[in-house]
Amino acid sequence: MIRFLFKGLMRDSQRSLLPVIIVAAGVMLTVFLQAWLTGVMQEGIEFNARFNTGHLKIMTAAYARDKDQIPNDLAITRAMELMDSLKRDYPGIGWAQRIRFGGLLDVSDTSGETRAQGPVFGLAIDLLSGNKDEISRMQLESSLKKGHLPRKAGEILISEEFAGKLKVHPGDQVTLIGSSMNGAMAMYNFRIAGTVVFGTSAMDRGTIITDIRDAQLAIDMDDAASEIVGYLAGGFYDDPKASEIRSHFNTAHSNPKDEFSPRMFTLREADEMASLIDYSERFSSILIAVFILAMSVVLWNAGLLGGLRRYGEFGLRLAMGESKGHIYGTQIYESVIIGIIGTIGGTIIGLGFSWLVQKYGFGAAGMMRNAAMMFPSTFHARITPLTFYIGFIPGLLSTVLGTLLSGIGIYKRRTSELFKELES
Amino acid sequence: MENSQIIKITELVKDFPVGTGSFRALDHINLSFGKGEFAGLVGPSGSGKTTLLNIMGSLDTPSQGEVKVLDFNVGELSARESATLRKSKLGFIFQSYNLLPVYTVYENVEFPLLLLEFTAQERKKMVLDALEWVGLTPKMKSKPNMLSGGECQRVAIARAMVKKPMIVLADEPTANLDAENSHHILRTMEKLNRELNTSFLFATHDEKVISYLKRRIVLADGKVEIDEKTAITK
Ligand SMILES: Nc1ncnc2c1ncn2[C@@H]1O[C@H](COP(=O)(O)OP(=O)(O)O)[C@@H](O)[C@H]1O
Ligand SMILES: [Mg+2]
Repeated sequence: MIRFLFKGLMRDSQRSLLPVIIVAAGVMLTVFLQAWLTGVMQEGIEFNARFNTGHLKIMTAAYARDKDQIPNDLAITRAMELMDSLKRDYPGIGWAQRIRFGGLLDVSDTSGETRAQGPVFGLAIDLLSGNKDEISRMQLESSLKKGHLPRKAGEILISEEFAGKLKVHPGDQVTLIGSSMNGAMAMYNFRIAGTVVFGTSAMDRGTIITDIRDAQLAIDMDDAASEIVGYLAGGFYDDPKASEIRSHFNTAHSNPKDEFSPRMFTLREADEMASLIDYSERFSSILIAVFILAMSVVLWNAGLLGGLRRYGEFGLRLAMGESKGHIYGTQIYESVIIGIIGTIGGTIIGLGFSWLVQKYGFGAAGMMRNAAMMFPSTFHARITPLTFYIGFIPGLLSTVLGTLLSGIGIYKRRTSELFKELES
Repeated sequence: MENSQIIKITELVKDFPVGTGSFRALDHINLSFGKGEFAGLVGPSGSGKTTLLNIMGSLDTPSQGEVKVLDFNVGELSARESATLRKSKLGFIFQSYNLLPVYTVYENVEFPLLLLEFTAQERKKMVLDALEWVGLTPKMKSKPNMLSGGECQRVAIARAMVKKPMIVLADEPTANLDAENSHHILRTMEKLNRELNTSFLFATHDEKVISYLKRRIVLADGKVEIDEKTAITK
């Protein structure tokens, strides 16, 4: 019987090919959207991670509590020793020291009088050790507007907007007036190597990027760092993995009674990030739910049309002694076959598209050129395990649901009425 | 003979709801049929032939009265029981052949046997026999759209007969056929009636069919007007 029905299904393209195409199209869209959305959301998260939170971040407990005030007097001391032990204990992870600092940036004229001045936020990273990780992490090369990247000690990058306000250019000398780690006033001269555009007003307003050694000299933070950030291998945040490392580290190194002992935080534990991650997950589920619903309606209608077309056949089968329940059952059986075939086809095509967009990106380059630093210039899809089976939810569920709904028509009509369809 | 009685209809009334009231399509019918009959419900369009045939085929139910088909009380059967009755004991032939277009002649005839769960071997023998009866063995691999009207109706006869039912109910089986094909299928059914002792009950207003009947029941406005044995003319 099943083989008999299957034969009929295959031979009647209106009953098989058409619904399979509808299912495959919907599944393809779902699969692709899931991958694309995951990619975009993750890219947003990753960009935040690059500049700010890392996948993991170590600060002293006291620094973490007041971190908005950049309390460098509470910074990590003996940073190199900690770095060495981190590299030894967690080898797959990219670790980097950073210093954040505030102050005034002063530009003087030839006679030494102040020509311009403005509050500055400084971010000190590894620019000059020869290790290019931090430079590529922050995409400094592609964000460069004028000049060049720092090549020797004392050279800095300055945000393009800030440079315009101060009327300084690559080659000019500027003076940082800040406070040292132990609270004394610190003054230090830098030479501008180049200007960059970050793409977020918060940073474009007044930021300089210096080499970490320069910052340690400038504000007297010898072998100290505001934070040490860590980046997981593979380039994407993985919460279970990060949490495991965080717990392991904190058990080994962090003393809850000592405010100055280092403490590790995951990206998820950073402000706002938890809600961003949750939001992105929730957004995907809502999107998929909407898709399932919309596709159920489409397939319900397709099922109704197909069913109407087949009332004659149903009448005949009833006349030959098939029960309504059995006919309904075979309808569902057909829909399961169609759902599975359509889902597999749609998933393969959707994965193909997703893979292309994962590999080559989806160009928003023109639009995003000026924002190269905070946003990706192209959006990439990202295929996750979920991408492989997410299509089955709308593909199978909607097809069967659509059939269940449309098939009720068989029950609602009286046998003799279905049978009458034969006469017309 | 009492024990060869296969259908007994007593005081059957069928009302259809029409608007606020109802329309009486069958009005106190009393009839019985024996085994091996070749009988027809005859009458103008709208006289109630199809309605009566459908009730005898357990596709519809009486409003009043009792209809017994092979000792099953049609009015009291569950949907499943009436399906079983149709599946195992009854065959249907329609005016518009109602073959399943995606299946071959062979597969169309095989379908009722799948419902009865015969083995592949049994099915093959039965289908080939049935195709032999109607003379369509050479066309068994064809699809319905490649057949003439007469051939389609012969496939439908084979489909109705393949399970050797007790009763075949045929509603206007010649309405779409020319004279030659009509006579051809009527002779086929007459032969099957004779050889297999299957009861054939027709609903028709076609003179050609009427001329083959051994019993003629004339319906008018839902009532039995005449019920007579007819001389066998052929
Ligand atoms: N489902 C129905 N609802 C209302 N009236 C019906 C229905 N089926 C049949 N009738 C009416 O019952 C009468 C008998 O119909 P039918 O048995 O089909 O006649 P025949 O087959 O002799 O042409 C007709 O007047 C028809 O309009
Ligand atoms: Mg009729």
